[in-house]
Amino acid sequence: MTLNQYLPILLMTVAAIGTAVGMIVLTSVIGPKKHFDEKMEPFECGVSPVADPQARFSVRFYIIAMLFILFDIEAVFLFPWAAVFKDLGMFGFVEMMLFIVVLVVGLAYVWLKGALEWE
Amino acid sequence: MGNVIMADLARIPELLPSIIEMVAKVVFIFTMNMGVFAPLLGWVERKQSALMQDRIGANRADILGITAFGLLHTLTDAIKLLTKEDFIPRGADKPLHYLAPFIAVVPALIAFAVIPFGGQYVLWGHKTNLVIADLDVGILFVFAVASISTYGSVIAGWASNNNWSLLGGIRVGAQMLSYEVAMGLTLVGVFMVYGSLRMTDIGVAQENFFHWGIFLQPLGFILFITCALAENKRTPFDIPEAEAELVAGYFTEYSGLKFAMFWMAEFLEMVTISGVLVALFFGGWQIPFVTHEGLVKFFGFLGSNFAQVAVMVVHVTVFWVKVLGWIFLLMLIRWTLPRFRYDQVMELGWKIILPLALVNIFITGAVMLMVM
Repeated sequence: MTLNQYLPILLMTVAAIGTAVGMIVLTSVIGPKKHFDEKMEPFECGVSPVADPQARFSVRFYIIAMLFILFDIEAVFLFPWAAVFKDLGMFGFVEMMLFIVVLVVGLAYVWLKGALEWE
Repeated sequence: MGNVIMADLARIPELLPSIIEMVAKVVFIFTMNMGVFAPLLGWVERKQSALMQDRIGANRADILGITAFGLLHTLTDAIKLLTKEDFIPRGADKPLHYLAPFIAVVPALIAFAVIPFGGQYVLWGHKTNLVIADLDVGILFVFAVASISTYGSVIAGWASNNNWSLLGGIRVGAQMLSYEVAMGLTLVGVFMVYGSLRMTDIGVAQENFFHWGIFLQPLGFILFITCALAENKRTPFDIPEAEAELVAGYFTEYSGLKFAMFWMAEFLEMVTISGVLVALFFGGWQIPFVTHEGLVKFFGFLGSNFAQVAVMVVHVTVFWVKVLGWIFLLMLIRWTLPRFRYDQVMELGWKIILPLALVNIFITGAVMLMVM
């Protein structure tokens, strides 16, 4: 007779959300509220902002995000395999090494294409 | 899941001991996090850096002349942060600006749930397992929850309508994603060796001192701690908030308790990292060369129930001492090494750690097949 194993996590999440909401509410209620135009400007070393932050930024960050999706999904395949590795023996080892070789070929490709270069 | 919870609710009377155990464990970890680590690590960091740099450190705040080694600064910091104005710059995305610290701190508070802080004990006929949630996915839960906190930093950078914040936000996004891939792969070797993802299984398997993760997976350990440092965003990996170039990175436009929440999240992540390191590589709650049975026998004069309680207290203490040791070492690293350049960080993640992690999997598999 045991409890659902995710029940304590639910309890913990509720406590964490309560704490976080409490802190946000407290800080927006307590404390002075003095608004004037110059003060509300976003900080840019003491001068009025000269560039719009919602502008474009380097495409490399998007490439990293794409590579992350590819490689992280491949990494997830390794977890169940690792847990039962002892039962699979040689067969499982060779199979997974073939998979990893495919993964390495992909890594070598993006590496040679220069997707990992930052200059 | 809703149905399962309803079914649980109907069985409350017979489940009462389990419910008490669950609440006690959640309260214990929550108190450790919110009551001990979140407030005190700021003080520890200030004092430790002062010691390392031959300064005195925080010692001004006093009540009637009592400074208590600067511990009262914890209190004054809390009061100061609470009474600061909650500043939101013009043009900022208000709902997201509120949401970001929330997303940063909630995962940091719940990530500890699967880390065992003690073994299994039978107290007055009730089997107690000192881990909040003994999930079969184990460490994957930590990864899943920790990766949510990335959103907190990225959204903070985006919502502030500030150039420094945005730069910090996209830097943190790319850095966290890069190291998450590598971090998952560095631990595959550990799971192969212990044959499980469940963290209590891994803890029990480390009863023999020479079966500790650090001996079975030395390369995996070095790679994992590097990735963990990078995920923690502290020096030498603190380029998202590099104060010399980006003011404060993604939390430039945060003040008061909302700022404190990012700061708390960073410290609690450090506690979680130390917990994972101890649980996977340093024997968890186990003492070198002392078995569970041996310890029970040693306390045998207390009677079987109180012997179990004594063993439990010893194990929990050992676990937290190890965690504190690791927090100390992580702070030592933070105050010793200079900050990396951004391209160096990205190259370390993709070109060094990722291939080495794959090599580690190959070596681990080959050696295990030879031994079997």
